[in-house]
Amino acid sequence: MSQDLQATKEYSTKAASSYKWEMVVDLDRCSGCEACVVACHAENNIRISGEKEASEGRAINWIRIERYWEGDYPDVKVKFLPVMCQHCDDAPCEPVCPVYASYHTPEGLNAQVYNRCIGVRYCGNNCPYVARQFNWFDPHWDEPLADQLNPDVSVRSGGVMEKCTFCVQRIRSGKEVAHKEGRRVRDGEITPACVQSCPTAALIFGDRNDPDSRVSHLTKSRRGFHLMESLGTHPAVTYLRRLSE
Amino acid sequence: MTDRPTVWEEMPKINRDLLAPLQTTTWTYFLWVGVLSCLVAAGAGAWTFQIQTGIGQTDLHHPIFWGSYIASFVFWIGVSHSGTFISGVLRLTNAEWRRPVTRLAELMTVVALLVTALFVFYHLGRVWRFYYLIPYPNQRELWPNFRSPLMWDATAIFTYATASTIYIYLPLIPDFALARDRIHGWRKTVYRWLAIGWHGSQAQWRTLEMAIRIITPLIVMVMISVHSIVGFDFGMALVPAWHSTIFAPYFVVGAVHSGLGMVMIGLYVLRKVYHLHNYVRTEHFEKLGKLLLVTTLLLAYMYFAEQLTVWYGKVPDHIAVQHSLLYGAYAVPFWFMVSCIYVIPLLTLVWPRFRQWPVGLMIVGLIINIGMYIERMLIIVPPLAHPRLSFQWDEYFPSLIEFVILVGTLALALLLYSLAVKFVPVISIWEEKLGKKHAPKR
Repeated sequence: MSQDLQATKEYSTKAASSYKWEMVVDLDRCSGCEACVVACHAENNIRISGEKEASEGRAINWIRIERYWEGDYPDVKVKFLPVMCQHCDDAPCEPVCPVYASYHTPEGLNAQVYNRCIGVRYCGNNCPYVARQFNWFDPHWDEPLADQLNPDVSVRSGGVMEKCTFCVQRIRSGKEVAHKEGRRVRDGEITPACVQSCPTAALIFGDRNDPDSRVSHLTKSRRGFHLMESLGTHPAVTYLRRLSE
Repeated sequence: MTDRPTVWEEMPKINRDLLAPLQTTTWTYFLWVGVLSCLVAAGAGAWTFQIQTGIGQTDLHHPIFWGSYIASFVFWIGVSHSGTFISGVLRLTNAEWRRPVTRLAELMTVVALLVTALFVFYHLGRVWRFYYLIPYPNQRELWPNFRSPLMWDATAIFTYATASTIYIYLPLIPDFALARDRIHGWRKTVYRWLAIGWHGSQAQWRTLEMAIRIITPLIVMVMISVHSIVGFDFGMALVPAWHSTIFAPYFVVGAVHSGLGMVMIGLYVLRKVYHLHNYVRTEHFEKLGKLLLVTTLLLAYMYFAEQLTVWYGKVPDHIAVQHSLLYGAYAVPFWFMVSCIYVIPLLTLVWPRFRQWPVGLMIVGLIINIGMYIERMLIIVPPLAHPRLSFQWDEYFPSLIEFVILVGTLALALLLYSLAVKFVPVISIWEEKLGKKHAPKR
């Protein structure tokens, strides 16, 4: 093993204990406006699918607002459920990938290595949250959208699986700044695009290893639950129940 | 001892009859090969188009990430079980009637396995990166993930392909030697190489018999493990209605069921085309019909056990899939499948008179295979179409490109088999002779 590789490995093991990224979704605050969806598309170079592909079920959304109707007309209640990759600690998508394209970072992120992915799509089947999205064709953007691609995020080719990364590029740059200044990342310093753009502040992101972070406080809330907790996937996303039923 | 001379007089006739397909070819054969080649070319064209433009040429979309290619993969693996099951199990049990059936069933195994491997490639999103699945040393120190059932699958199929090639080759050696001695031209050289110096000495026979005796139980075990692992691809997943312990044994029995059906078709067609009525007799169809009856009952029992458990358990995620099958979006194919693989075989094969009727048995074999293909689709699609988050429910039907590729691949399988028939005696000549020698006095 080369020395560089050894150094990288040591670095990543050392970093293991420092951060644990988690998100909180306050369902009581979500109005279903989908600003998060738009922000995510812009930030993460998500391909434009268009009307036809969307109707075929090929539109790619790393975060989506699921809409459930409850009750019968006229007493109908609409309920919104924002769903993104839950970055499970025991992620069902990871062991089934035959080429290690889906793997777990020491910071608790469920990462997808686009270069390694060959598109067997087992991970997509095995994700109970249907969070994984597949590139059925090569990506394209209508002009002038192609000019606003984010240089920090790789563009994925056709035949590759992708999904929410918790905006790993923002986590990286936030950590670099903190590292230069010789401190830990402050709470609220790193915000994924969806969190940043949510007008009702229904999404909160932070470091679970920091006992004083907002995320750490909120996950202890009595309203907190995980999506499909019974499956034992240990998600990194905590949902907060609605107050008004 | 009075019948001895007649047995020996029969030998040249057996040689002539069974080597005939290798020596004479009619124009209908060339026509058949031509038509198949056109279909194969169409399939290859469709696949090229799919590679160039994207896997989105299929009707797959999320959450239905697997579809007709994986269903076909499972189906063809099932067909490949015909050879090993029939010849392996029948050799093990020393069933005399196996002799004219083994070779053509083993040929099916090899051809079906080649076709199976193709479906893995059709399915990949980036097929040009398929070599990531192979464990080769590389600078990045990256290996395939052996925790993945797909990796088990790749290993199992590679093992099965290797083992079944050896398994078909060993009993072929004396026949290759026979062909070497009777056939002239460039093919003589090929047969000479393949016969690896067989001259029929007592020592050689002893070695061959020992080799066959060793590999037969091994191949039967490989066969069972291979289809179990294909079942694990589904059983290991978290998907509702896939996550079940019955998948491994159910897949093995299902594979043998469709494999037997396929052998029935092959047996009938080859007998008709090459006038093998003296060798493939009604008795053989009858015995295979009995076996088919056993697999029908076994499969129905397992299917019932699984569906009853789901129905009684009433777990919402699982019951949603079952409802879609019993009276929902997939009810028509479901009940069609049930009649094809359980009801029709059961109602026909129980009659001793029916089992004496080769055409009828061939048709039942065909119906079973159509049903089993639909069954594979129904195992894969409805559970994927009903994920736990009901907001994501969806439907799927194969696209035109998928159909062209499927038909092209079926044509390829038939083409490979047709070509093999011209190169390899479809009935094991020496085993047939041995059978004649052992046969009781008439």
